[in-house]
Amino acid sequence: MNEVQIRETVLHVLGAIAPEADLSQLNPEARLRDQLDIDSMDFLNFVIGLHDELHVDIPEKDYGQLATLAGCVQYLIAAMGRPGSRRAE
Amino acid sequence: MPFAPIPKSLADLRRVPHLGNYEEARRTFSWEAARAELDGLPGGQGLNIAHEAVDRHACGPRRNKIALRWLGKNGESRDIRYDELGESTSRFANVLDQLGIVAGDRIYALLGRIPELYIAALGTLKHRSVFCPLFSAFGPEPIRARLQIGQGRVLVTTPELYTKKIAPLWAQLPDLEHVLVVGQPPAAGPAIHDLRALLERASSKYRIPPTDPDDQALLHFTSGTTGTPKGAIHVHAAVIAHQATGKLALDLHDEDIFWCTADPGWVTGTSYGIIAPLACGVTSIIDEADFEARRWYGILQDERVSVWYTAPTAIRSLMRVGTETAREYDLRPLRFLASVGEPLNPEAVVWGREAFGRPFHDNWWQTETGGIMIANYAALEVRPGSMGRPLPGIEAALVETLADGTIREITCPDEQGELALRPGWPSMFRGYWNEPARYAKCFASGYYLTGDLARRDADGYYWFVGRKDDVIKTSGHLIGPFEVESLLMEHPAVAEAGVIGKPDPVALEIVKAFVVLKPGRIGDAALMRDLLGFGRQRLGAAVAPKEIAFVESLPKTRSGKILRRLLKARELGLPEGDVSTLESA
Repeated sequence: MNEVQIRETVLHVLGAIAPEADLSQLNPEARLRDQLDIDSMDFLNFVIGLHDELHVDIPEKDYGQLATLAGCVQYLIAAMGRPGSRRAE
Repeated sequence: MPFAPIPKSLADLRRVPHLGNYEEARRTFSWEAARAELDGLPGGQGLNIAHEAVDRHACGPRRNKIALRWLGKNGESRDIRYDELGESTSRFANVLDQLGIVAGDRIYALLGRIPELYIAALGTLKHRSVFCPLFSAFGPEPIRARLQIGQGRVLVTTPELYTKKIAPLWAQLPDLEHVLVVGQPPAAGPAIHDLRALLERASSKYRIPPTDPDDQALLHFTSGTTGTPKGAIHVHAAVIAHQATGKLALDLHDEDIFWCTADPGWVTGTSYGIIAPLACGVTSIIDEADFEARRWYGILQDERVSVWYTAPTAIRSLMRVGTETAREYDLRPLRFLASVGEPLNPEAVVWGREAFGRPFHDNWWQTETGGIMIANYAALEVRPGSMGRPLPGIEAALVETLADGTIREITCPDEQGELALRPGWPSMFRGYWNEPARYAKCFASGYYLTGDLARRDADGYYWFVGRKDDVIKTSGHLIGPFEVESLLMEHPAVAEAGVIGKPDPVALEIVKAFVVLKPGRIGDAALMRDLLGFGRQRLGAAVAPKEIAFVESLPKTRSGKILRRLLKARELGLPEGDVSTLESA
């Protein structure tokens, strides 16, 4: 999976949690929680959704790295490249 | 007992606790003596929360002490000393004067945790207007309802929140005369003001006018099963309880660094995030950002937090992150951990010992009680899973309401009943705004009935059982199912909706809606997304349903009331109980 596909997957998962949001307007460098109305339960569901779609384990101590869209993509690229991770094809 | 009581020793305490011997404290405590620990307004002019929390320290030996240490979400920080807080809150009171606001007018805040929120709250109290905080994550519907009910005359907010949530509503709010924005006003007009510019021009001297301890001070909205949100009114005398419980339940001492993680949009964030620590003269940490495990551990370490008051949802999230992460931080100054918002599961109480070397101390209270009523104490054994024992000055009981409306007191250990309190403590609510009948319904046979079910063991420890009504407890907040159902029924595809709290391992409950569609509408994925988004847009993420299920019909009583309990039983796969009053039984 390349960066573009990962970004699309992230946006797809976000769209399921906050369907009211216009994700085309997201600033990739700004915090998701400053741009979208997302509470802590939504954020947990976001992580679960990423896991379901991409089959990567995201330990809770890493959640801070998922604060922005760019951070999510970067983190997931690294995580999917880790040995032992199940690559989504 | 699966979780053994956690004993305490003197070595655990590090400080001589304010409450050492429970029985003796209950015997010797009086609210008159607690009142005498406060100053009162100079010249015997009454009692004002802001004087006790700010002004008496601002002109006393604590004047140079840091009252609030604010941590911004982008890494910035700002210290506000007691003398500075005295001046800035005086400026705010003078701004209200200039706007023609009078004592008793309602001043609302819709703000994140920024310094102006604290200045507005305390400045409003100085001015003897009534402060009403709104949770900034509320959507337009909860905001509109609460502003309308309380007839807010002034709203303090940010330009962003104004544009997104207030501007489209303002026409429906005839009582709202002034909006004070923190930042560049997004629109011109005589009613929209730049708060910082007004504060800068206002005098930093303000003499608090005579204040009756029974003058209204705070308006906190809460939810019932039916009807609109209820505005619980609190008075200036509440500060007696805020200070007393800050000492007795949270064991606050002068040198403590205290962090209450609650948002002032909810009662905990006002009573214990603003008033109690200041009344006790300690330094309080305010974090603008939302929960994030490493950020929180970093704050506990870097700010040398000694007393920490947080919530089960956060504690359970930290548990999931793991004990190893906690161990990476130097948390030695931390000496007392407390939790509130919903019952803290015994695993989490015990995990406190593993991660921090000391257990969490659960306590219980609600919007209407204004302050902590039942608690586990620093010096006393903790029973994991129990909310603890009533505070000195608080008389609690378990009762059953009989068919004739009178009550029977339950005295047998371990028998379940409704938790009830004998009125008379100073932070008790004095009414629901404009709803005397609803207020009167909370009392029977000389008790305030809390709506919470509990049991008491043979040693007097109380254990939470559940809610008596259908109110949903999620992430420490109460949500009224009716408010959510009414909104969903505004959607063109929805015929009926029933809303319940679905048990959740992190949030205790999440809001789940069962929706009956209008004839001809198809409950497909697209409609599901549309409804979820509709709920979030109008109610905000904190109130909107997290899950929606399409159903053919809703179970109802013969009189047509939705049986939410049955929806919940079905959701959980439990026996459905007595269904004899069911429409379709």
